[in-house]
This record gives sequence, structure tokens and C-alpha cells, in this order.
Amino acid sequence: MSLYDHSPAGRPADPFADAEVVLDVDGLVKHFPLTQGIIFQRKIGAVKAVDGVSFQLRKGETLGIVGESGCGKSTLAKLLMRLEEPDEGSIRFGGEDFLAVKGEELRKLRRKIQVIFQDPYTSLNPRMSVGDIIGEPFRLHPDAKPAQGIRPRVKELLDLVGLNPDHINRYPHQFSGGQRQRIGIARGLALNPEVIICDEPVSALDVSVQAQVMNLLEDLQSELGLSYIFIAHDLSVVRHISDRVGVMYLGKLAEIGTEQEIYQAPAHPYTQALLSAVPVPDPTLRGQREQIVLKGDPPNPANPPSGCRFRTRCWMATDLCETQVPELITRPGITQQAACHYAKANEDVTA
Amino acid sequence: MDQTQPATGQAKNGHGPLLEVKDLQVEFRTKAGVAQAINGLNFTLNAGETLAILGESGSGKSVTAQTIMGILDMPPGHIAGGEIRYRGEDLLTMPAEKRRKLRGASISMIFQDALSSLNPVLPVGWQIAEMFRVHRGMKRKEARQKSIEMMRRVGIPAAEERVGDFPHQFSGGMRQRIMIAMAIALDPDVLIADEPTTALDVTVQAQVMRLLKELQVEYNMGLILITHDLGVVADVADKIAVMYAGRVMETADVYEIYRQPAHPYTRGLLQSIPRVDGQEDRLKAIPGLPPMLTDMPPGCPFNPRCEFATDRCRTERPELRQVASGHTSACHYAEKIHTLEEAQNEPV
Repeated sequence: MSLYDHSPAGRPADPFADAEVVLDVDGLVKHFPLTQGIIFQRKIGAVKAVDGVSFQLRKGETLGIVGESGCGKSTLAKLLMRLEEPDEGSIRFGGEDFLAVKGEELRKLRRKIQVIFQDPYTSLNPRMSVGDIIGEPFRLHPDAKPAQGIRPRVKELLDLVGLNPDHINRYPHQFSGGQRQRIGIARGLALNPEVIICDEPVSALDVSVQAQVMNLLEDLQSELGLSYIFIAHDLSVVRHISDRVGVMYLGKLAEIGTEQEIYQAPAHPYTQALLSAVPVPDPTLRGQREQIVLKGDPPNPANPPSGCRFRTRCWMATDLCETQVPELITRPGITQQAACHYAKANEDVTA
Repeated sequence: MDQTQPATGQAKNGHGPLLEVKDLQVEFRTKAGVAQAINGLNFTLNAGETLAILGESGSGKSVTAQTIMGILDMPPGHIAGGEIRYRGEDLLTMPAEKRRKLRGASISMIFQDALSSLNPVLPVGWQIAEMFRVHRGMKRKEARQKSIEMMRRVGIPAAEERVGDFPHQFSGGMRQRIMIAMAIALDPDVLIADEPTTALDVTVQAQVMRLLKELQVEYNMGLILITHDLGVVADVADKIAVMYAGRVMETADVYEIYRQPAHPYTRGLLQSIPRVDGQEDRLKAIPGLPPMLTDMPPGCPFNPRCEFATDRCRTERPELRQVASGHTSACHYAEKIHTLEEAQNEPV
């Protein structure tokens, strides 16, 4: 894209600039209706969970999506999987209109997008053995059945994610959290997907195990050429794993750019506040980092503020922010896209 | 003689440490066997000081908090030995009635999940006021006034109007503030915060930690912060105890431990976390898993995951011993680990 062609000196160029676009999301909208009454359910409003999100995911790339609870990042994941149908917008997958396909065709296309869930304790059926869990995708997609048979393939997958293939007959409760997450990853890999949506894949894990799973995800990416959408609330984790990062606030992207752009020169005040609030594991920086402590809580997504959604908590808000919705565009002086009228790169937020 | 009055706010100049835990042993007697949840815990806490107890799930950090508070479920929990001295008096041998008076008034606690810790069917103002009614014998009206005051102190906007609201009407950050209001209502000497910000978003976490820190200075409380977050610890703690599998692996001053850890576990943790202010190529993960408490490996509990482990570590359990002034480590090779980081840190 032209956006990345003229990056200023000193900032590394986007290594995926020429890569093929696997997922092209444009203007995605999902509103959940709020109803009142028992028999005649009148619609009295809508929770604007996702309200106009656009981005592109390129082959081999990891796009991180960060945001606080309620910002719509998990709804976005569901829309991308077509577990929820969007109200508006388009999703093109490998050039094909993903929202138009139906029936058998959809099933075939769905193989290419798989998901890894947050909680390895509830996302695995406790009554199924590991072999059944990882082999289930083949039963649902009989034409994708591996030539060597399901069990050998399951053993191969177990080996790939660093589990002992001999444990194929064990049940989820016999595994620890980190191992269960590996089972979830093996299941996601079973059908040779191109895109994996990771919805908070390491949030439920202990610190020492978190690193193991993140390293595994990175290894699998380089080995299998996967593209990831990595949804998480932990900014440090997202920084580590992502090539590009999108920051969500109340159903909209506030800012999107490469990892360096977002973390070293965030332009949207929300990104700046978010980054400054992350504690850094270094006591010598105590009191030296300028912390922007935001007032209040995120507003109710059923009734977002007019204009810029962040303006009620923003220290720079003016009348313009109240009346005009800032578009997500590249603004003068910055290379990433930011949805702020006054977007200005700020380099000393995390330093 | 030690003072026997429960602290009333003024009595804050006791002798010796505010809280002293000596060789505490807690076990859980389950069908699967005896789980040693805490195995020989020692620490001291002074007024105005922040001690962080750092550990992963199953390390015994929450059991520590519950044991000090005296809210451990017994059975299956069982205190097998040790002392918890508050201003010189052992809480474990104290009559239950006396301990009950201290609980909440002199030693109080903030829990992780405010929604499940608050009573959903009572207004928050009533729940805060309960502290004053029960411990101070205040009349309802007076207690209500006090609870409005407390809500204001912890930064809840429009406290007079919100005093009658129920917990579900507040956001997560506000609920945690209400928990804090209850905990500090009676001006405690020791505040135990068990993962106080884990359930909160980053921006709200920053608000709550700032509030806790302010209140600690204002009331000169000893704060025990129980957490797994190395970032939060670096921000607020004075000293740290790192726990693993029910044992303290290392204790040190906060600056010392981040600069020069003397235990392979602490070192591994510090190397395995991604940082928001830097880009590392690859995380150095600690291999393996924490041991089951019912099935502890012989020798050092960390030996199966330790890159420095030798035969000695597999047979002989290392005791917590001093490595440098104010720095202890339970590793046979603590001195070696301690100097590992020196080479790269010194020339800066």
C-alpha cells in the first residue's frame, strides 16, 4: 500500500508491504439490539459493539488488536469467523467475498480461518479425549481427512505443538493450562488454515508458561506461513508478537500502524494514555515515566459520545471533537493512521 | 508488655516490626494427599512499607493472605506451624474473640474480584457503614455519613447520591474503590491487597494503584501486595518475596531483585516477560510446569525446570540464606546466579 512506501528515514520499512493480502476487512459494523417488553419486543437502542472497522491482513503477518474490555475486540473476532453476521461491511478472504458464500462453500472456506480461544479450561470438551478433540475437525470436514488417517495426523499435530503424541488418549483435566492451550492450538492447526484468530490466547496462563505459548505461536508462524490476528488486552504481549497493531476504543479503531509506529510514536491520545499506564518491570524507571492517568471509565457502548468517542476522557478535546467524527486516516507528520483531529506523534510515552 | 488494645488509629507507634511471619507452615489435607501450600514462610513488614509477594498460581501467595487474615478454610486447610506476630502478639494463639476485633480494624484486606466479594443485595453504603456499626458501635445515621466520607475519599463521584446504589450499578474500577473504602474504613495498620488490579483494565489499574499508594502514605499503612505482575511490583513495592510451590525462593529490595536476581526462578521470570518499552527477539521461556503440591520433587522444588540444576539440587533442599545485605535466596548456587547479571549491569 502507498501508505508504507514513503516511510521516513530511521523507521524500518514495513517488511510485509509487498505481501499478498489474505484478509481484507472494510467498514465492518455489528450492532446488538437492546429490546424492551416480553411479547412485543420493541427495539430501544443498540450496543454498537463494532462500528466501522477496516483493516488488511497480509500473508505471514501478525496483526495485533488491543483495547480494554468492552471495546469490541472479541465481537470483531466472531465476525471474522462468521460466528456472528455483520450488519454492514465486507470481509474479503483471499479475494473472495467471505460474507456471500453459503452452505458447502462456506464450510470449505472456514477451514482456512481458525480460532484459538482464551480459556483453555472451557474451550475443550471435558468428556472428549485429546485425540477426539484434535481429530474432530476432520470428522466435520470429511473431505479434508488426511491420507495417512486421522490418528497419525493427530499424533503429528501433538508433536508439532510440543506435546507427547503418546498422550492422545488422555482427557483435558490431565493437562495443565499451558498444555491445554497447546491442545487448542493443535485443533486450530488441524485443517491447515491460512489465518488464525487468537482471542486472548495467553491471558489465562501463568507468566512462566505464557512465554512458552508465545514462542510456539511464533515458531508455527514461520514454519507454516500463517497469518495471525492476535487479540489481547496486554500491550506488552501484543507488542512482542505483532508486526502491526490496531488500537480499538468503543467499537472503532483509534489508531493502526506498525508495531514501531504505535509503540514508539503513538499519535492518538488514547494510545498514549494506554501505553503510559502499562507498568514497566523496572523499578529504576519509577517516577521518571510520565503517566497519563485517564479519568473515569469507558462510556457505555449503547450510548457512545457524539463526535470522537474518546473525547469524554480526552485531555485535548475541543468543540470540534464533539461535533465531528475523526476519520481513521494518515495525518500530517505521522506515518500510521489515527482517528484523532489533533493526532501528533509522541515519542516519550513509554520511555 | 505489648499493647492489648485494638488499634484505634492513634496507636501506631508499636515496638519492633508491625507484622512478623515466622516459619509459617500451612497444608491442605485432601484425598490426593497432603499438599504443602506454604512451607516455611518468613517475612517482616514495617509501617509505611510495601511488601510484594510475587508468585504464579499455586505458589501459595493467596493462602498466605488468607492465613494472615484468619480466613483460611479449615478444613481442608491446616496451620501446621509457625507464628504470625502483629505488634509482637501471635495471631495464631490469640483467643478467637480478640482476633476477630483485629480483623478488618487493624488488619484488613482487598480481594481480587470486587463483584463477588461485595454483597449483591445490599447497597454499597450499607456495606461500608457496617464496618463502623459493627466495630465502632456507631448509629446508622452516623455510620452512613462516615461511609459517604469514605466513598469520597476513594474518589467515587457524587458519593451522596450513590451511597444507596447496589454493587452491580458500579463499574469494575468503582467497585474496587468501594472494596478499598471498606478496607481502610477503620484505619488499619496492615492492608493486604490480593491481586487488587488483576481484573481491571490498564487505564483503570493505573487509577486504582495510584489511589492505593496515596492512601498508604496518608494512613502510614504496611501494605502486602500479592500479585503475579512484575510491572506492578516494580512500580510500587519496597521489597519483594518471590514464592514458588509454597516456598520463598528469594527476598530482596525491589531495586536489587530486578537488577541482580539471585535465584534462577526469579531470573527466569524476569527474562520471560515481554516489555512494552522494548523489543526482544525471542522470549526466554522457563521450560516445564510448576510441580503439584501433593507431589513435590525431592531437593529444590524448582530443580526440574532449572537450567543450572545439578545432582545436589535434586537431592538436597536449599535453605533460604543471605547472599548480600538484605538479599536472601534459596538456591545452592545463589552467589553464582547473583553475579551473572553483574557483568552486564555494572559498566552502564
